[in-house]
Amino acid sequence: MTSDPYCPHPAVLRSVEPETPGVATFGMEFQEPARAAAFHHRPGQFNMVYLPGVGEVAISIASAPGEGVGLRHTIRFVGRVTNALQSLRPGAVLGLRGPYGSAWPVEEARGRDVVLVAGGLGLAPLRPAVKALLAERAQYGRLWLLYGARQPSDRLYVAEYADWERAGLELLVTVDRADASWRGAVGIVPLLFRKLALDPSRTLVLTCGPEVMMRATVHEAIDRGVAASDVYVSLERNMQCAVGLCGHCQLGPEFLCMNGPVFPYERVARFLGKEHF
Amino acid sequence: MVNTSAVVMEKSELGNLIARLWAEGYTVVGPTLAQGAIVFDELRTADQLPIGWTDEQEPGSYRLKRRDDGAYFGYAVGPHSWKKYLFPARLTLFSIERTADSFAVHQGSTDVPRYAFLGVRSCDLHAIAVQDRTFLHGPYVDPHYERRRERAFIIAVQCGTAASTCFCASMNTGPRATQGFDLALTELPEAFVVEVGSERGGALLVGLNVRAANGEIEAAHQVTETTKRQMTRTLDTSDMPALLYENLDHARWDDVAGRCLSCTNCTMVCPTCFCHSVDEVPDLLGERSERVRQWDSCFNPELSHVAGGSTRPDIRARYRQWLTHKLASWIDQFGVSGCVGCGRCITWCPVGIDLTEEVAAIRGSDRA
Ligand SMILES: Cc1cc2nc3c(=O)[nH]c(=O)nc-3n(C[C@H](O)[C@H](O)[C@H](O)COP(=O)(O)OP(=O)(O)OC[C@H]3O[C@@H](n4cnc5c(N)ncnc54)[C@H](O)[C@@H]3O)c2cc1C
Ligand code: SF4
Ligand code: SF4
Repeated sequence: MTSDPYCPHPAVLRSVEPETPGVATFGMEFQEPARAAAFHHRPGQFNMVYLPGVGEVAISIASAPGEGVGLRHTIRFVGRVTNALQSLRPGAVLGLRGPYGSAWPVEEARGRDVVLVAGGLGLAPLRPAVKALLAERAQYGRLWLLYGARQPSDRLYVAEYADWERAGLELLVTVDRADASWRGAVGIVPLLFRKLALDPSRTLVLTCGPEVMMRATVHEAIDRGVAASDVYVSLERNMQCAVGLCGHCQLGPEFLCMNGPVFPYERVARFLGKEHF
Repeated sequence: MVNTSAVVMEKSELGNLIARLWAEGYTVVGPTLAQGAIVFDELRTADQLPIGWTDEQEPGSYRLKRRDDGAYFGYAVGPHSWKKYLFPARLTLFSIERTADSFAVHQGSTDVPRYAFLGVRSCDLHAIAVQDRTFLHGPYVDPHYERRRERAFIIAVQCGTAASTCFCASMNTGPRATQGFDLALTELPEAFVVEVGSERGGALLVGLNVRAANGEIEAAHQVTETTKRQMTRTLDTSDMPALLYENLDHARWDDVAGRCLSCTNCTMVCPTCFCHSVDEVPDLLGERSERVRQWDSCFNPELSHVAGGSTRPDIRARYRQWLTHKLASWIDQFGVSGCVGCGRCITWCPVGIDLTEEVAAIRGSDRA
């Protein structure tokens, strides 16, 4: 009989690392070793994370394939399910199913320059792409990460920045509101584009963040001569099933859970620009 | 054309056919009168059918009327569609039970009813085929739908009457059913012509009182030809999906938004709409919970909820989503239109919004 695609599989919570106020990274591992062994994801994909008795939410996989044991998810506590996750301690059992969706074009980017543009929590799904690009650093040209956070204390993965820069990533961070200690840029993240010496013909842009921020990023990139087919966005919509059956995540002809969340901008441009579509 | 083998069955034999289905383990469901409409429910005997009744349907209105004959199937489709059996409005997918150091998943009973659908019209056969594409032929198969679907026995009825709201002819989905059934009945004044569409359909007839058909086959063909000629409503689907994609800013969306109540009726009665939510329903002790799937609607603002609110916060956006999905993006997603021309959404819209008129208005002033 056909297996049930709505069915979660037990996973143990191994670690909870606070990131910023209201955000933490959860390390999880499938209870069944066979399921863990069979799980292969690509950067940019997501899982459905299930808390028995509470509900299920779509969460990006924040760890790179093969990075340590288990899977990491960086979660913002915003509502019913995510708030309930907040109170879990290591050892708790929750459910996972996945991986779902499309991935960042990490392979296609070989030989090219890559600009990763993240806003807020949008760095979570880009983190595995950062790790994958740096793992094969010699395969790529210049690698930039432009990252915008509301304030310095909202930056994710701060402890990793030095390693990433040593491995060959050029990191530019900007905040909306600086505090007394902040020495970096202030302003919205798409403006950081203006600081880059881009060769648009060899550049790929991968962006994830609030939709307004991604739209501004796309504009900056295209204004600088990057082809619309070389700009990738990761979109977010309500998702109930993640397997193309519930209908919640549609954007025109696309089911974001299966055809997305990562799209070449060119593919979704005509619908993304339509207000409330 | 009648292209399957056909026999003739006396009308009085229909009761035996129903009894035969029950005896073979089927739960027979079909049209019956309830609450002022013709709805689907379990049928034990043929006289539970709305014999001698018909319906008068107009945008926003449905009325039952007496016929001047004793026809068994002299009406069009009502508010129910077969999706209520194949894709139930509320269904527990499975339950989750906490154990000492994990949780266990208990699949609901796989012993779902073996339904026999009696009286499936051509539009609804097409609607079932449309939902098959969603639930069975995509990258992920829904086993809950699959179980119900693969066991269902389908007895079609060739339409002898069309409602004013019907437009299957222009959608190429009727009125004659040509495939997708086990048996198909055409009601003649004195008897049924029974077309056999499958081996198990033929097997069911063994032992029933039927005889070879002669001139009745041509008479049966004329029944649907006449119905087709009666049909007045049409939907021009040429240049879909482009027509709607290119008119996402059309002024007509504001116009219809001023009339639409966002009540969800159209999506509930539509035989192809498949959107649903999945909710967690825990027991009081918190040890067990059910994952419950329920019909949802693009007219509910919560359907598109994300951080920061609904991505379709107003009725204009929601009606536009319904119509562009039904008639345009469905084609990209599934290779067919999401509309089979059954007219239910027209009849059951409390304010009589008619999608054929909305499309005609957009077409009439393309890119307005
Ligand atoms: C592909 C994908 C990847 C995601 N990755 C992450 C991630 O890595 N980390 C993370 O913290 N969140 C991520 N999200 C968002 C996450 O799914 C929602 O925050 C979560 O569903 C909210 O559920 P809740 O029960 O806690 O909140 P609710 O009580 O349901 O709602 C609280 C708030 O969250 C909004 N919301 C509800 N459902 C969603 C949804 N599916 N998407 C967005 N907002 C929603 C509501 O509108 C409301 O503002 C992702 C979403 C998608 C579709
Ligand atoms: S959109 Fe209306 S006419 Fe078309 S199949 Fe659905 S209910 Fe029937
Ligand atoms: S079109 Fe009619 S039936 Fe559909 S939501 Fe609007 S008012 Fe309700």
